[in-house]
Amino acid sequence: MSSIENQPPEETPIMDGHEMGRALTRIAHEIVERNKGVKNLALVGIRTAGVPLAKRLQKIIRNIEQVDVPLGELDITLYRDDLGLRKNQPVLKRTDITFHISDLIVVLVDDVLFSGRTIRAAMDGLMDLGRPAEIQLAVLIDRGHRQLPIRANYVGKNIPTSRDENIRVFLEELGDHDRVCKLESGGQVDQP
Amino acid sequence: MSLKRKDLLSISSLSPEEIDLILEAAEPFKEVSGREIKKVPALRGKTVVNLFFEPSTRTSTSFELAAKRLSADVINFSPGSSSVVKGETLLDTARNIESMQADIIVLRHSSSGAAESLARHVRSSVINAGDGWHEHPTQGLLDLFTIKEKKGRLSGLSVAIVGDVAHSRVARSDIHALLKMGAEVRVVGPPTMIPAFIERMGVKVFSNFDAALPGVDVIIMLRLQLERQGRSLFPSMREYATLYGLNSERVQRTGTDLLVMHPGPINRGVEISHEVADSSQAAILDQVSNGVAVRMGLMYLLSQLQ
Repeated sequence: MSSIENQPPEETPIMDGHEMGRALTRIAHEIVERNKGVKNLALVGIRTAGVPLAKRLQKIIRNIEQVDVPLGELDITLYRDDLGLRKNQPVLKRTDITFHISDLIVVLVDDVLFSGRTIRAAMDGLMDLGRPAEIQLAVLIDRGHRQLPIRANYVGKNIPTSRDENIRVFLEELGDHDRVCKLESGGQVDQP
Repeated sequence: MSLKRKDLLSISSLSPEEIDLILEAAEPFKEVSGREIKKVPALRGKTVVNLFFEPSTRTSTSFELAAKRLSADVINFSPGSSSVVKGETLLDTARNIESMQADIIVLRHSSSGAAESLARHVRSSVINAGDGWHEHPTQGLLDLFTIKEKKGRLSGLSVAIVGDVAHSRVARSDIHALLKMGAEVRVVGPPTMIPAFIERMGVKVFSNFDAALPGVDVIIMLRLQLERQGRSLFPSMREYATLYGLNSERVQRTGTDLLVMHPGPINRGVEISHEVADSSQAAILDQVSNGVAVRMGLMYLLSQLQ
């Protein structure tokens, strides 16, 4: 997610860089444990913030298992259910999944799980690329308020929120220092 | 930034920022066309009407494929099989199509300005797919996309457009597009094929092909439109091929890593030799596949506007 324009709203810290690192390390171990290794495993980050998180998970898994699991990048814009309902065209980016996902266990990676609509779009996008053996979901933050029957398999931290609060994940790869904050009604518009 | 317009009627009315936006939007669709399942749901439930009053195979096919890969419903409407032969005007035809809730009308017409006048009267988005000798904006955009893809930039490049510039809407769209993006444009052809006062657009005019070659990065060969003009503009095909045909020797003479383009269909042995058309420097088939991606990007952007 991009940094905030104008006056930055009040930030309540939720996670610092160390905690983020530990959460990702635990998730990586859980992924390996649940799937009994990394055979047939692939990571797919959802653009934008899911991509650097997936890369970090790949690196941690390499340290555990000495294997590079395949890594892909998925843009879900064309699969959104609010296309044509917005004032501005969402920015399109490229989907970059160079391996065949059929028969793989694909772990989708995103920063914040909220309504579940992004994940629905991501699953549709993946299905158009092949038939994975299984799709699992890893998120750094689960903030509740689901609008679809979707649940994450791996969660960094559960955070109770009200609907009009805004959770932001800042990452070094996207030009900030690592942290997660809660912002008071800062206009969550990017990812419903 | 988003594209804040209902229609795409010409390159001349676009800003460089809008051109950049369309080229960027086209980029992800190249990947879609490379997939096993070449379809995304972005235009699901939308209707695209291809309204072609002039014969065209590749442009109408390209638009049709682009719309289908976006999951739109596509209707192809051409005068031979419609009520136009019964005397219906363009506007009445279009209003009928609009009443069928078409979201995008793709129009090709032999009169310059047909798309613009249609756009003023219908609520649907109108895409100009060629109007008379005026413009063919999606060809201009796909040419820019191809040059940028192969050369990595547009600004500062030197591009020659060779052939019947006067009767070519492709040339006009290309000239506008290239100049807006900061390229230098040389137009080459016999004086009968170069419009008067074209240098006022900001291009350099050459009647000698060889003099225009040194340092040129891209050559866009125009098709000799035999069916449109008869043979009155030059003495013989053989002379035309000798003076204005692109062959290996001329490619050598540029002294650059030349990119050769052609909007198709090519007349082998007339404006372009076999060796050049089949060489690795020719991007003619890339233009075709990029055309689908560019038209997908454009329709995606236009369909997002309320």
